[in-house]
Amino acid sequence: MWRIRAFEELALRGLHEKLVLGAIHPSIGQEAVAAGVCPNLDRHDVLLSTHRGHGHTLAKGADPLAMMRELFGRAGGNCGGKGGSMHIADFGVGMLGANGVVAANIVIAAGAAHAVKLKRESKVVCCIFGDGAINRGPFLEGLNWAKVFGLPVLFVCEDNGFAATTRTRAMTAGEGPSARARSLGIAAEEVDGNDVLAVDAAARQAIAALRDGGGPRFLHLHTYRLTGHTGADPAAYRPKEEVEARWKDDPISRAAALLEAAGHPTASLAEARNAAYAEMIAAYEAARETPFPPVDQAFADVQDVGDPRAEAF
Amino acid sequence: MPFMTYAEASRAAIAEEMRRDPAVWAVGEDLGRGGVFGQYKGLVEEFGPERVSDAPISEACIMGAAVGAAMMGTRPIVEMRFSDFALCAVDELVNQAAKARYMFGGQTRVPLVVREPIGMWRSSAAQHSQSLEAWYAHIPGLVVVCPSTPADNKGLLKSAIRCDDPVVYMEHKNLWGLEGEVPEDDDFTVPIGEARVVREGGDLTIVSWSAQVHVCVKAAEALATRGIKAEVIDLRSLWPWDKARVLASVEKTGRLLIAQESVSVAGFGAEVAATVAERLHKALKAPVKRLGAPRAPISYAPPLEDAARVSKEMIVNTAEGLVRT
Repeated sequence: MWRIRAFEELALRGLHEKLVLGAIHPSIGQEAVAAGVCPNLDRHDVLLSTHRGHGHTLAKGADPLAMMRELFGRAGGNCGGKGGSMHIADFGVGMLGANGVVAANIVIAAGAAHAVKLKRESKVVCCIFGDGAINRGPFLEGLNWAKVFGLPVLFVCEDNGFAATTRTRAMTAGEGPSARARSLGIAAEEVDGNDVLAVDAAARQAIAALRDGGGPRFLHLHTYRLTGHTGADPAAYRPKEEVEARWKDDPISRAAALLEAAGHPTASLAEARNAAYAEMIAAYEAARETPFPPVDQAFADVQDVGDPRAEAF
Repeated sequence: MPFMTYAEASRAAIAEEMRRDPAVWAVGEDLGRGGVFGQYKGLVEEFGPERVSDAPISEACIMGAAVGAAMMGTRPIVEMRFSDFALCAVDELVNQAAKARYMFGGQTRVPLVVREPIGMWRSSAAQHSQSLEAWYAHIPGLVVVCPSTPADNKGLLKSAIRCDDPVVYMEHKNLWGLEGEVPEDDDFTVPIGEARVVREGGDLTIVSWSAQVHVCVKAAEALATRGIKAEVIDLRSLWPWDKARVLASVEKTGRLLIAQESVSVAGFGAEVAATVAERLHKALKAPVKRLGAPRAPISYAPPLEDAARVSKEMIVNTAEGLVRT
């Protein structure tokens, strides 16, 4: 969780210093979701994430230097500097992409799991999406698909309370994510998403059930976005008191308190924190020194048949 | 060489490719009963319901699932029933399938074929008759194929299935029953991006694709009786399209007429016309002409539906006007 926090704080610094070029969507305050879910996946398991996906990507095992280069649009970024924060992906660790379109990853995840089933593989697929996604059609279509075909998908609704800058409750009919999943016969569990141990336990159990071939599972994790929707959003639409109160529920502080209560020495916690910041500062500085990709990359990897370098000029 | 219909040719292409490559599978509504036009008839019996899979009426999920399954190493053939219905899955095709390879920096490919039948067919009215091929020709990352004959429907579909790029494969609904000679050879393919000269001639070039090609051939026959030799070119694919073949023909004839069933405004004919005008204006003996549908929805009542068609007579008259100027 410290690594995720440190990465995103440095990414925000990069935004202010104009090193991060486009929009970024920090997940500060939501780290227990990534840290509780992703370590329960094996390297060959598959993860699909959202526009707010730095934490998930790091927790799946992506290299922070390659990620920082991607945010800075540099050569050697995960996507060669062509995707940026919203399209960060690392297929080498089974991270099949953040996505710029809300809920789009849900149907792609269903298909990835469909391929797992067709190929008789033992992988599972994990799809993390926000609470705003449950009001788009692909949420219904993807969950229905996964249930009908009995696919090994863990759907994780990372509920931070906001659909962009609008409170999700105000725009959502009925009982919300879990009720919608259960209405399709998908086992769903609601968990305090800021309690990393509870998230870990729920994810471990759900993923074990997937591996046993029980069809899709659903986790609804309640958390809170401590920053704005994007790095540039001051989130002035929320009362200051609300945010201050939520800072007291910060998942990292909660995990640290648990460890201290269990007798973990304070010094070693500080050491872990410092190591995380040192790692991300090094990534930041190395990324800053990396050149932009060569311009010929602008037209590479479009398509083989009808390649624009041969056809479109 | 055996005779078969356009639909049978597509079925043969899928069966051959599924036998050849275990990663190929098909998914869409009603495939277990052979598909809405019978173009999958018999396939579920040979390959089973996993590889010829039914799907809920969830176009976005059919297309999106195909994207995920393609990224995981399978080669899905996606059935959309009508190009009109594929509009429910435009995000999955345009934002996801067409972009994944590029925006992820070449980490993945999306080798899927999406079949989107186009065109006017038996009073199908405004939501089952559209020809939307130009939309997809506009999208980087997509390949767009519009076969007009049974042989091409086999050879191009096989090429599309073997292609590592997402291919929008647009068969014409009015051609399903069209019969023609089709090579039986398993290795027979038609390369994507090569136009076919249907009929040679030196007086003008008529460029078309899909079912409209057959109207152009009839028009060329009528023109021949009046002493005008028209060269008819079937583009077969719109992206990539065979610029070299079209430019060579117009250089020879000095006259170009483009005939398309789709709406003329911002249609693919405009791209062909602009390319020829940019490169060959000195060789042109007459202005480039386009024929296409008016910018109006398609009607249900036959006389109203026919009013949107580009007829043989329109092609003959326009061609004559070009040659006689």
